[in-house]
Amino acid sequence: MDRLFLVASTFCFLLGFACSMHALGARVYRRSRLNLFAIAGGFGFQTAFLYLRGEVIGRCPLTNLFEVFIFLAWAMVLFYLLIGPAYRLSLLGVFTSPLVFVLQSAALLVPGLDKSVPAKIVVNAWMELHAAVSILAYGAFALAGIAGVMYLLQERQLKTHHLRSIFFHLPPIHDLAVANRRLILTGFLLLTVGIAAGFAVGGLASHLVKITWSVGVWALYGFILVAENLHRLSPRRGAWLSVVALAVVLSTLWGIRFIDQGTV
Amino acid sequence: MEIVCLGLSHHTAPVEVRERFAVPDHAVATSAVELTRQPGVVEALIVSTCNRVEYYAAAEKSDDAYDALSRFIAARAGDPTADAFFFHASPRSVQHLFRVVSGLDSMVLGETEILGQMKKAYQAAHAAGATGRHLNKLFQRAFNVAKEVRTNTNITRGSVSVGSVAVELAERIFGRLAECHVMILGAGETSELTAGALQARGVKAIFVANRTYDRAAELAAKMGGRAIHFDEWAADFHEVDILIGSTASPHPVVTVEKLAPLMRSRQDRPLFCIDLAVPRDFEAAVNDLEGVYLYDIDSLQQIADRSMAVRQQEVIVCEQLIERHVVEFGQWLAAGPRPPGTFRPQTEGAK
Repeated sequence: MDRLFLVASTFCFLLGFACSMHALGARVYRRSRLNLFAIAGGFGFQTAFLYLRGEVIGRCPLTNLFEVFIFLAWAMVLFYLLIGPAYRLSLLGVFTSPLVFVLQSAALLVPGLDKSVPAKIVVNAWMELHAAVSILAYGAFALAGIAGVMYLLQERQLKTHHLRSIFFHLPPIHDLAVANRRLILTGFLLLTVGIAAGFAVGGLASHLVKITWSVGVWALYGFILVAENLHRLSPRRGAWLSVVALAVVLSTLWGIRFIDQGTV
Repeated sequence: MEIVCLGLSHHTAPVEVRERFAVPDHAVATSAVELTRQPGVVEALIVSTCNRVEYYAAAEKSDDAYDALSRFIAARAGDPTADAFFFHASPRSVQHLFRVVSGLDSMVLGETEILGQMKKAYQAAHAAGATGRHLNKLFQRAFNVAKEVRTNTNITRGSVSVGSVAVELAERIFGRLAECHVMILGAGETSELTAGALQARGVKAIFVANRTYDRAAELAAKMGGRAIHFDEWAADFHEVDILIGSTASPHPVVTVEKLAPLMRSRQDRPLFCIDLAVPRDFEAAVNDLEGVYLYDIDSLQQIADRSMAVRQQEVIVCEQLIERHVVEFGQWLAAGPRPPGTFRPQTEGAK
């Protein structure tokens, strides 16, 4: 039953992506409300899935890579819904939908990801906090990366004077820089809490690879934040770094989980 | 019933002719009422803007309406049968009106100001009782057509003048301009126009630097800004978001060497440079600096030209859309008045 919600959610994001692509490719661009409804619907189904899964396993649904992917996708959409209207970043949805769709499709289609877990294992509150807050942090980083892509697109057009159709629909470059920076700050603070909670769980020796990786990601984003605040890093380089950092996180997440066989 | 239109526009008459036939705002409604008292005219409406003077009328016979309108105009301003005037009967009059309200007949293709002017003219005539069933229906349809054209085509997309392109770019960089500071180097007419366009969008402050301080003070006073000595422009630079250059200097005033250290004091805020001078005031390599976006007069003009080309490509789509509405309105007009008590469902276009 819970997987049905997930399939429905994945189709919602596919629909949202298709709507956005259609709107961008159309002769006349019109902001599509259907895209927002599709994303909101997808978020509802994601939430239903996570709730049901949590009920079944009796803990936060972050017990295998399958659930991590879905929780990460959920966190991204959560941040999109929270910050999209605030920064008038409606086009953020255009870029969020495909990433969420790919994450969820991978989770659904790759065999063996959704390994069953022992029912009602002992729940450690620190562990729950560590896992949930960390994934929320990665959701914020993902959105920061997307805002970074939008910044770079807009910046390139402004520099080269070749203004394509999308130029008129992307948000102002200054707003994108601010959104990128704030999302990185949000993600960094959440990850700090997540890592601190992870240390509180104990048993660090058995998760050395994952801890090293997490601290590495924390340091990378911390460097971006500090450098930007000290004005050592221009908004353009900050945008580039946030995209590169996201690519690194997404591409290594799988491997790290594979190496670190324990639960999150 | 026929719809007719007798008028002149910037296409057919130079400004000295247009101003002779112009109808003052206060007389537009009363003249329309007076027109309805002429034999052969049932309803009337007058549009008078700087680019056009047009008389619309609903009449039983177009020839009678033409005679009545001609006599009316001749009595006030002179012979309207000269080459400057055009006359359309339905369906061309309807098509003409739909093209006018949609901005297809405007001096700047796709401009939207005309829609407001037409609405104002209609409201005045309607309030005075000069319009009736036919012109009411026609103008309401015309406003719907204008909206449909604007929504479903790219006829209003982009900016088509250097000043408006500069404003649009500034908004793409900074978002709201309310916190932006503008500095003008060289108090020329072009820079004044561009700064005026930015000021109309609510920029926070304007600094004017000119080699002749008095001229800077004069322009600053006119724009509500602050004059600064030309040699000291760099001192106020840290506050500036938009820098407009239009000096007569034979060499670049703003170079990479000068700008690079100044940019460090700006804490990553972008800088939009508008170079309106020939020879140019900004070294081209300034555009390579982080956070600096340099547009010279040619690049602004190219963007304006590209927007105009997009609009011109859209004309054919607009014409097709308008044609559909002209046919529908023609059918409504041909159907004549409905017998009392009958009901006819709305057509799609009349919604």
